[in-house]
Amino acid sequence: MNKMSLHVDVDAFLPATDAEKAYMVQMRPSSTFFKDGVKRLVKNKVALTSFIVIVLITLSSIFIPVFWPYSYDNMLGVTPGKPVDSSYNNLAPFTYGRTEQKQIQDGATVFPHIFGTDSSGRDYFIRVVYGTRISLAVGFFASIIVLVIGMTIGSIAGYCGGKVDLIIMRIVDIIYSLPDMLMVILLASVLKIGLAPVIDGTVFARIGSNIISLFIVFGVLYWVSMSRLIRGQILSLREQEYVLASRAAGAGGHWIITKHLLPNCISVVIISTALQIPSAIFTESYLSFLGLGVNAPMPSLGSLASDALNGITSYPYRLVIPAVVISLIVLSLNLFGDGLRDAFDPKLRT
Amino acid sequence: MNSKTLLYIVKRIGLAVLTVWVVITITFFVMRAVPGGPFMGEKAISPAAQAALEAKYGLDRPLSEQYFTYLKDILTRFDFGPSLKQRGRTVTEIIADGMKTSVKLGVVAAFSALAVGVVLGAVAALRRNSILDRAVMVITTAFVSMPSFIMGSLLLVLFAVRLKVLPANGTTGAGLILPIITLALYPMAYITRLTRSSMLDVLGQDYIRTARAKGVSGMKIIFGHALKNALIPVITYFGPMLAYIVTGSLVVERIFSVPGIGRAFVQSITNRDYPMVMGTTIVLACLIVVMNLVSDILYKVVDPRINLE
Repeated sequence: MNKMSLHVDVDAFLPATDAEKAYMVQMRPSSTFFKDGVKRLVKNKVALTSFIVIVLITLSSIFIPVFWPYSYDNMLGVTPGKPVDSSYNNLAPFTYGRTEQKQIQDGATVFPHIFGTDSSGRDYFIRVVYGTRISLAVGFFASIIVLVIGMTIGSIAGYCGGKVDLIIMRIVDIIYSLPDMLMVILLASVLKIGLAPVIDGTVFARIGSNIISLFIVFGVLYWVSMSRLIRGQILSLREQEYVLASRAAGAGGHWIITKHLLPNCISVVIISTALQIPSAIFTESYLSFLGLGVNAPMPSLGSLASDALNGITSYPYRLVIPAVVISLIVLSLNLFGDGLRDAFDPKLRT
Repeated sequence: MNSKTLLYIVKRIGLAVLTVWVVITITFFVMRAVPGGPFMGEKAISPAAQAALEAKYGLDRPLSEQYFTYLKDILTRFDFGPSLKQRGRTVTEIIADGMKTSVKLGVVAAFSALAVGVVLGAVAALRRNSILDRAVMVITTAFVSMPSFIMGSLLLVLFAVRLKVLPANGTTGAGLILPIITLALYPMAYITRLTRSSMLDVLGQDYIRTARAKGVSGMKIIFGHALKNALIPVITYFGPMLAYIVTGSLVVERIFSVPGIGRAFVQSITNRDYPMVMGTTIVLACLIVVMNLVSDILYKVVDPRINLE
């Protein structure tokens, strides 16, 4: 039949045969965006290993202190009413203090000090575990703060547009070009002093003025890149052809937001939050190392490394242990974040 | 250079000036908001002596007046006032003194990072998927995720304490080797990865194939066509690299006790030497802002293909 003919091809309107119907049957259930991403993530061995490492470290930092016989601030040589037993200070790994040796000779079993003790006679293993817990918690909560502030301001700028957008973006530009680390040091060093009397006696006092000031600093300075990202996402997604196509096909606002804008936006948000955590841990340990981090006697990985620097010639392992833990955490979080990005947003792959 | 580029440069310079002003203002007001003046915590001073000291350093005048005096002194005479703790020395003197060592440290670290990074990155890209390439990627991944203070401390333990081949104290010339390595490793790893990925990108471009089809020799393609274009993204890293080296030097100078500006800064934070903290923050911030400005402008000027906005 002539292709240019205007005659209707009657064959096209015949009922489908069984073979044609079978061809249209779905071979497997349709996969969702989330399922697809998880499938890609599980295939990525590096990301999966990093994820397992993170989970293991997190779980042990939460549960080990529950049953461990020593606590992070308990000076083993100090018993009320007795002179300080200095044999507990600076114990090498798997050695015991004087009274503990006596107990062992009497047949009792004493829980070993796996990493020895520090210069004040505190069990070093539990201090490392506790420091890991604090570093992870700081990283996690700082990222949440950045996420909430950045998302709110970014979406306001993206939705409102016009003058609001212009003003917010100029402020973002200026904060973005500030040398962040210097500002962090400046604010942390000042807030540390100024905050202590304000929060005294409240719940916050237990967390410590330094960590609170760290959170404030993060909230003030680091939201800018997140809000830039979200504003850009909202602006560009709104103009995408598939949104236009969807609208042309008769989709309402609700459908477009839930099916097109949110799924596309959320992957970017999750990925950059995941990559924010190691950078927050990095910053916290850096500040702790300069003496601007957590309040003593609370340990963090950075302050443990900083303290270890004083006895570096005699006890180098005390530096190496927190160093290894911190590098492991940062490395696996970074690799996992990269894996997340590859799995959930192939467009961003570099 | 067209008018659009010029407009971009003017805008960019305006933003840099604004940033410096914001830094000065934030620094000033943040430092003045600290409870307990700089003379608190020392041996008890009589109220009369305290008042005399405050009058001497101008701390008794209204805040706005102090601010404008401070701004004027910086802009006209580059004067940050006297140090409160190191009696008889001005902040400018201390900063200039520390800068001598720190600049040496930073410049050597930056250039060695650049040289090693570009070579390693280019070689890794040319020998893609070889053992060398994989080794380079694994090692640079490890370096990128290790904080500078950890790197410095580990190098200190290894070379100064265990092997005893290099001095741990950074006051002498040989003592600067370890701090320089510590500072250079992270930017080196970063530049290696950057060069590798952009080199891979460039090698896949059509103009490389065209050059090859025309019979241009391998060496000429690598140096004349590929590397030249692959290095453009590296220019953008100049600014962040300097920022990294500046903040890194704070801890590195502490670890190796290098008498540079970083150590002076950390010390002044602990002693609450306000003029010193403010002066150092402002000088270092200006350095970073200017370097970011230069690398941004250079990036646009070098490659006319780059779209402004």
